[in-house]
Amino acid sequence: MKLKALLAATLLAAAPALAQDDPVKVGFVYVGPIGDGGWTYQHDQGRLAVEEHFGDAVETVYQESVPEGADAERVITQMALQGADIIFTTSFGYMDATNAVAAQFPDVKFEHATGYKREHPNVSTYDARFYEGRAVIGTIAGHLTETDQIGYIASFPIPEVIQGINSSFLHAQKVNPDVEMNVVWVYTWFDPAKEADAAKALIDQGVDVILQHTDSTAPQAAAAEANENGGRVFTFGQASDMAEFKPTPRVASIIDEWSPYYIERVQAVIDGTWEQAAHWGGMPEGEVVIGEITDAVPAEVKAEAEAMIEAITAGEYHPFTGPIDKADGSVWLEDGEVADDGALASMDFYVEGIDAEIPN
Amino acid sequence: MIGSIDPALLIASLMVASTPILLAALGELVVEKAGVLNLGVEGMMIGGAVVGFIAAATSGSVWLGFLAAILGGAGLALIFGVLTQVFLSNQVATGLALTLFGLGLASLLGQSWVGIKGPGVDRLDVPILSDLPGVGVALFRHDPIVYLSLALVVGVWLFLNRSRAGLVLRAVGESAEAAHALGYPVRAVRLAAIAFGGACAGLGGAYLSLVRVPQWTDGLTAGAGWIALAIVVFASWRPERALVGAYLFGGISVLQLNLQAAGADIPVELLSASPYLVTILVLVLISRRRERGGDAPADLAKPFHASA
Repeated sequence: MKLKALLAATLLAAAPALAQDDPVKVGFVYVGPIGDGGWTYQHDQGRLAVEEHFGDAVETVYQESVPEGADAERVITQMALQGADIIFTTSFGYMDATNAVAAQFPDVKFEHATGYKREHPNVSTYDARFYEGRAVIGTIAGHLTETDQIGYIASFPIPEVIQGINSSFLHAQKVNPDVEMNVVWVYTWFDPAKEADAAKALIDQGVDVILQHTDSTAPQAAAAEANENGGRVFTFGQASDMAEFKPTPRVASIIDEWSPYYIERVQAVIDGTWEQAAHWGGMPEGEVVIGEITDAVPAEVKAEAEAMIEAITAGEYHPFTGPIDKADGSVWLEDGEVADDGALASMDFYVEGIDAEIPN
Repeated sequence: MIGSIDPALLIASLMVASTPILLAALGELVVEKAGVLNLGVEGMMIGGAVVGFIAAATSGSVWLGFLAAILGGAGLALIFGVLTQVFLSNQVATGLALTLFGLGLASLLGQSWVGIKGPGVDRLDVPILSDLPGVGVALFRHDPIVYLSLALVVGVWLFLNRSRAGLVLRAVGESAEAAHALGYPVRAVRLAAIAFGGACAGLGGAYLSLVRVPQWTDGLTAGAGWIALAIVVFASWRPERALVGAYLFGGISVLQLNLQAAGADIPVELLSASPYLVTILVLVLISRRRERGGDAPADLAKPFHASA
């Protein structure tokens, strides 16, 4: 009771102050360290872009390496208590924690990345259509592989990750019908040693192109080492450009560009026009960007990839366009049919041709 | 399809995967045998990882890197040592603080080293042995640190069980009062043990940043230090069991990834949990035999002050 009274007092004290010229406080909760060179690094670039755009009008705070689970709720609560006006929680596993804290702080805006629960009017979700990028690198991967084996280091079996696996596979298969997808689940977003081990295990199995849906650059380093010892392995930057591994093993990358969305939402808070939303931007919005395709990729493959980027950006091509069957043999999309967002957001099956089970 | 895993390559990579945990666990084992609980293993490991990487990348010599990591780990450990042994601060709190300090310091030091390539380590190439089919790749083509860690298991065992100095160290850990009454320098012994523990953790960390991953990334150790701490307890403070524990944990971690990559028909959930399950199960089983020697040092984590 006391805490609640104190809370109310703090909020009351903060509310009038907010109406004046006090900077808007923007909080960020990160799942990894900002120096991970991938996912969290890219969100932090978004935070820095907010600072640069608004200058003294905003103040940003962040917390790194917050475990998904009970700790997250504590950290988010702490941020709200410290007077954050809007809090971005940047990992799927913060979904329940974000909604729980949002119930306690109706005046604070919450933005949860990659989730689907918006239980309170002050919770929005936002995501990027990573599968658009996956379609492009899947195409490149299908061309580059000589062993016809593509490795995929997957984090958790959630729709966002499964979309990526399916999209990469469909497009690799389109240009190379013999291609096989070899998925390894590591059950972590960030553990360099484990990611490196997974990459090595895949390379030992004869995989020569590795896609990752984890946050560190360790798989790139593992591939680089294999190449130094006479291997021929290609990788793609994930979430961030991972440019330090150019021109090989990293031959292209999917870059998450969060800055436009972060600036837009903070602006909405400043203007008092913030409203609940479920935002899902992709290449057309400039939120999913393909990093430099290096010269290790043959020119005609590069041209094909660029044509696909153009088509997706122009809205002319959707990576999940039928006919596509599910792995169990049933029809998912009829010829020419395009997957709707609801089906994508709850995707829990492999498409036909991926010979494996999705763990629960 | 499981047949497609090459056992030689598998054994080779499991040895690499186990080495950092083994080194850190051996160091902590000696520390705890001296009656000190240092929960800062994770902090010392990552400190060693970043210092080792910076030294190796700057000098171009991976050996200078390992040396720097040993010194760096020992240095961090001695901060803990001075606080707990001289100023008698609480060991649990100080150890946790050391972990937080190490993680923060490593993040700061490593800022401009993300994505830089370090020098490689030469694998040992023993004439004849390295060329043996299968066994050569699995056992005789590693970097020297792998063999050093194995030698250290024997060394620590000999030291603890067959040397006078080891007996003194154990006495300090079992009863600091009694050791003090006999005239042994309790504080000095404990400080030396703490420094050794830090050196091992630092070396283990550098093994991650210089061999296993190999690069510097923020948060590189990702909990390896905590695994090492757990292995010391489950190994009931015996170096040979720590070896079993570290190799089981590291080995099964690698094995389950290989099984997944090979498309084995085993549920992934089970595979992911298997390193933890199997390691705990095996170590609990081998520790079940009723032997006095397997118990925790009697004075573990108790502060000692020579008041007389």
